[in-house]
Amino acid sequence: MSVMRYREAVRAAMIEEMERDERVYLIGEEVGAYQGAYKVSEGMLERFGPKRVIDAPITESGFTGISIGAAMVGLRPIVEYMTWNFSAVAFDQILNNAAKIRQMSGGQLHVPIVLRAPNGSARQVGSQHSHAMEHFYAHVPGLKVLAPATPADAKGLLKAAIRDDDPVLFMESETLYNMKGEVPDDPDFVVPMGQARVAREGKDVSIIAYGRPVHVALEAAAQLEKEGIDAEVVDLRSLRPLDEQALVRTVQKTHRAVLTYEGWPYGGVGGEIVDRIQRLAFDELDAPILRVTFRDVPMPYNAKLEQYVLPQPDRIADAVREVLYRKG
Amino acid sequence: MTTTRQHSDELHLALYRKMFQIRRFEEEAARAYAQGKIGGFLHLYIGQEAVAVGAVAALEPTDYAITTYRDHGLALARGMTSRAAMSELFGKVTGCSKGLGGSMHFFDAEHNMLGGYGIVGGHVPLAVGTAFASKYREDGRVAIVFLGEGAVSIGDFHEGMSLAALWKLPIVIVVENNEYAMGTSLSRTLSVEDVSLKAVGYGMARDRFFANHVLEVHDRIGEAIERARKTSEPTLIEVRTYRFRGHSMSDPGKYRTPAELEERKQKDPLMVSRAELEGKGHKEALEKIEAEIEVEIEDCVRFADESPEPGPELLEATTYKGAFAR
Ligand SMILES: Cc1ncc(C[n+]2csc(CCOP(=O)(O)OP(=O)(O)O)c2C)c(N)n1
Repeated sequence: MSVMRYREAVRAAMIEEMERDERVYLIGEEVGAYQGAYKVSEGMLERFGPKRVIDAPITESGFTGISIGAAMVGLRPIVEYMTWNFSAVAFDQILNNAAKIRQMSGGQLHVPIVLRAPNGSARQVGSQHSHAMEHFYAHVPGLKVLAPATPADAKGLLKAAIRDDDPVLFMESETLYNMKGEVPDDPDFVVPMGQARVAREGKDVSIIAYGRPVHVALEAAAQLEKEGIDAEVVDLRSLRPLDEQALVRTVQKTHRAVLTYEGWPYGGVGGEIVDRIQRLAFDELDAPILRVTFRDVPMPYNAKLEQYVLPQPDRIADAVREVLYRKG
Repeated sequence: MTTTRQHSDELHLALYRKMFQIRRFEEEAARAYAQGKIGGFLHLYIGQEAVAVGAVAALEPTDYAITTYRDHGLALARGMTSRAAMSELFGKVTGCSKGLGGSMHFFDAEHNMLGGYGIVGGHVPLAVGTAFASKYREDGRVAIVFLGEGAVSIGDFHEGMSLAALWKLPIVIVVENNEYAMGTSLSRTLSVEDVSLKAVGYGMARDRFFANHVLEVHDRIGEAIERARKTSEPTLIEVRTYRFRGHSMSDPGKYRTPAELEERKQKDPLMVSRAELEGKGHKEALEKIEAEIEVEIEDCVRFADESPEPGPELLEATTYKGAFAR
């Protein structure tokens, strides 16, 4: 075990996999000479050279498409966007090519690519740099979508993603990059996709989250404990594939669920989770499932309004009281 | 130096005032950022002022202007008050976008400043669209759009160029080539360093020059504006310039040498104009301008400090017009 930051864990996964497999390369804006816009790829250019750590001009659609093409013929690209917000420029490549090539070709071709970037809220960067984009992509069959909440998961899940033969979208929480945690050193440590994790055991209510909001949910749980409410926090880790058995297990235990995640409330990952729970564990539910998300507006710049838009421990705790029918 | 035409010293003094206002505004913004009064990203325009100021001076007030996230200069040049600009940076409701936009999203509809945008290149088709509307309505307005050389690789820039040329739209596309896209120098982003050559493939008029003198910027961009207005022909202009600061406040700019920076500071358009005007006997006028701007800057910081913050009720009201059932 080593203690490392989330950004270092992402880097460690890339380095280990690039050392293991010659076919893996990293491409994106400022990933090389500048050492990464968020310093995730620091030192990697020196280690692997410009053939494998490639600075691309501002061409999201271009370098995504090029990497999909390279993956079709045997390379294993890791594509970094400066934030997932800019992946919208490459949306067509991801949606219409990466996701569909395996099926369109009757299974002859596949696209082993990893697309990774910071996702979700940052701090006061306004409406074009703050959105949580996983909802758009989790919709698409052919894509896999991961969202680690801890350094260990960042490393283990990214290694699984790089080794995977399908397109995997890796959602790093921008505000977690500095977070420290214990990370296994074993070069074959991988966290399999599609397995949720119980971040906190509890019996009264399930708070289901992924990415940064896992920590907000844990804060809410600590707050609720003082009122004698024992909340379980489930960290999904993987949005597609989704660990529906973990959802069933937690609801069987607590009979109540609150979902919290970044992104807008309309549709999205939350709708999917609600559907699975009501379909698979309807009889277990003692209350409607509530969601705590971004408020339904573009992200404002003003700091207080930004906090108002984000899921907060208080808002989660309120939702918990509501599903427990303890609201005054 | 090719200041091509004769200009009154009054014009030159007025342009110097604008440049100085922008320079001082941003220096104060940098200081306020360090004090934590401004959050998020802050991309300064320091060094490039002659571009926006020279270009805007050649526009009519009814013409449209759009830029990317490095937008304080254009906004002030277009006539946004320093109060509205500073308040926006402070996230206050008195700001040009009510504190909801921040540094990258300055809007001023009254002055036809149609915004600063954060997804680079995506704003080029928007600008072409304003030119389209102008031609559609036959109202004689011209559009001008600014972007960095880093952004010319992106698809939207080319699609915008393509349509502007095909439909002969009255637009001037100004690439502010400050030699760096974040930490990446020009030679590492473009296979052909002469950005203006991109116009050739679209059959578009083009121009290319160094923005060392604000009057030259005024004239060269003015020529393109005139062409757009008279014959509805688009132009691509590459203006060579330089930013003295890092890409944003978190960038120390280590990818360039102190010598390079020093050399470029010798060509600072503010210095060039100041020296020329002083040589022509306008020392007092310059000092008066500078003193007035100092007062204005002090005032705008105080105003921004004292202004109230926007409340949550603004959020829905600025998302849709009127009540909306979700
Ligand atoms: C589509 C998109 N990709 C990436 C970014 C991140 N980004 C912001 S500014 C910048 C560099 C832009 O350089 P340039 O266009 O030359 O403008 P300058 O900063 O020099 O004014 C990058 C890569 C972005 N804003 N939008």
